This record gives sequence, C-alpha cells and structure tokens, in this order.
Amino acid sequence: MAKFTLPANSVVKPGKTFKCSTGSKNIKKVTVYRFEPETGENPRTDTYEVDMDDCGPMILDILIKIKNEIDPTLSFRRSCREGICGSCSMNINGSNTLACTKAVDDYKGDLKIYPLPHMPVVKDLVADLTNFYAQYASVKPWMQSDTPPPPDRERLQSKEDREKLEGLEECILCACCSTSCPSYWWNSDRYLGPATLLQAYRWIADSRDEATGERLDELEDPFKLYRCHTIMNCTNTCPKGLNPAKAIAEIKKLIVERRG
Amino acid sequence: MSLRTPLSEAKGLGSAKEGVAHWWFQRLTAIALIPLAVWLAFAVSMLGDASYETVRAWLETPHVAILLILLVVATFYHSQLGLQVIVEDYVHGWLKVVTLILINFLCIALAVIGVVALLKIFL
Repeated sequence: MAKFTLPANSVVKPGKTFKCSTGSKNIKKVTVYRFEPETGENPRTDTYEVDMDDCGPMILDILIKIKNEIDPTLSFRRSCREGICGSCSMNINGSNTLACTKAVDDYKGDLKIYPLPHMPVVKDLVADLTNFYAQYASVKPWMQSDTPPPPDRERLQSKEDREKLEGLEECILCACCSTSCPSYWWNSDRYLGPATLLQAYRWIADSRDEATGERLDELEDPFKLYRCHTIMNCTNTCPKGLNPAKAIAEIKKLIVERRG
Repeated sequence: MSLRTPLSEAKGLGSAKEGVAHWWFQRLTAIALIPLAVWLAFAVSMLGDASYETVRAWLETPHVAILLILLVVATFYHSQLGLQVIVEDYVHGWLKVVTLILINFLCIALAVIGVVALLKIFL
C-alpha cells in the first residue's frame, strides 16, 4: 500500500532558533527543514530571524544570507539566480517554486522552506533527483531523424511549426511540477511525471523529429502516461508558467487519434 | 542495495503499449452515463408513489428495459475501470492483483444480476 504517514526516523522535530542581533525592526522569521543523514538524527526545522533591511528581495537572497552570515551548515542548490538553471527549486510556504524568482514580498508573515516533496533528501534542501533525471533520459530527449540533415544547411522548420514548441522548450527541468503531483508521489517508480511527459511531448511536437510513432509507442502505458489523472498541480505550481497538464492531454489525444 | 543503473530502473519492464482502450472506454461510459442517469432520475421522480403493478408495467415497456440495461452495463463497466485506476494508484504487490480480480468479478457479477433481473421482468 501507499504510505500515508512518515516512518519514525523521518518525523520532523523542532530544532534550533537563531535570533537576530542587529536590533532591526524589519525581521523575517524563516523556518527551514534540516536533515543530515550521516548523523542518524531525525530531520528538524531550524528557525532563523533574518534582518530584511540588509537582505536582497528574493527568497534565495535570504537563504544565501543565512548560509553566509548565520549558519554555514545549511545546504541548498543554487546557480543562475535568474530562473533559468532550475537548481533552487524547493517548497516555499506549501508550494513548489524557484527560490531565485520568488520575491519575499509575495508572502505575508513567516516563511517555511522545505525540500521538494516526496523525494529522498540528500541534505537539508537538496533532494535526490537521480530517478527524475533517469526518467527524463528514458524518453530520448533529443532529435531522432532517419533523414540526414542537408549537407549545406541546418534542418529547416517553418515559423508555424516553431510556434508549436512555445510553452514546451522553456521547461528547465526544475522538478517543481513532478514533485507536486500526487500520482508521482505514489508511483514515481513507474509514472514518468509531468516534467518528463512535457519534455517527451516537446519532441513529439517538433516538426523535424521523425520518431513520433516510436515515442507514442513508448509512452502508451498504464503507468508511464496514464497515471496522470488531470489533477493540475503541475500547471498550478510551474514557476515558468508552463502547462504540463495540457502537454500530457495532447499526448493522450494523439494516441487516441492514431487508433482510427 | 541495487547496483542497477538509474536508467535501467527508470525503463523498468518497458512500455505495455496499452492503456488507451482503458482511457477511451472510461470516457465513453462517462459520456453515456450523463443522459442515462438524468433520464433515470427524471423517470423515477415521475413515477412518484406509483403502485407495484404500475412500476412493473413501466419496466416491461421496451424502451425502458433497453435504457435500463444500457445504464446497468455502462455503470458497472465504468465502475470497474475507475476502481481499477484507484487500486493501481494505491495498492501494490500481490494485494493489488487479488483486489483487481475481486473488483472484476464483483462488477461483472453485479452487471449480470442487474441485466438478468431486468430481462426476467421484461420477457
């Protein structure tokens, strides 16, 4: 059966509180999930008081300030700080988003920051995305074509066909959508999840690709594709404003269309 | 500890290359059930507190018998498809197989009981 409660060693306990000593009135209380598997201890939530008069406007700025000035043991992924690398995806006040593109002012009151839901945690806010990336690789996310490219130029694509990739090619594989999907929580060993399915559709929709039939064959499966029950959490949470649920619906439509 | 590669785990047993029929018939039965269920609710409310003989006579009308048989078949086909999805979502291992077998038997049995009962009155 699916597990609905946390195992005993995963129950989150209250942790330390780091008071702000600057005397500022503009304080943000930030509660962060902490877990270090090597210690054998349960995960805990540490609370940091952050002086917002001396901090950048984004959630990622808060995390970097905490790591630099308050608690260097905090671990999180970050790189581009402009929503293009997908590293700093995490669960902020209950929904998955990118810490770098989410403004602190978008939230009223205290902040609660957790790693992406229902994923193994490597440390603190760092989720283990091994299976997520392997699933992405399994849909062969590259152009497959038997016709060799013209010797003197690139493969051409009409403007209309290029427009069909809008809303698909912007995906940065941050995993916010897949890890917000209950179907993916229960069956991520077999269900590909919204991110991988949107990426699969990105190649199905590409006019230059010649493997559409094989791609649809590979996706037509009760678990790989049809675990999507149109819950729409993926579309609600996507920090890039994309619509994975629609991409999945398009795949289902194409599979129905080719039956007759 | 598994020494299989993540890609091998992700690919698993490969695609079943089916699932579209399940998806299609779930929607087909859902669409069919909208008019059938509305008709049944309307028809039963029209019967009101009619006597046993009146209701029996109503059940013997050909179009009523046909619509009710369609309703029974669509209902239990739709139930079977829907329950299967719920079980596949939440139940794993041998318990899943046992539950799916029981659901299949139960839905088919209930559909047959319903159809036979309607035919017995109609014929």
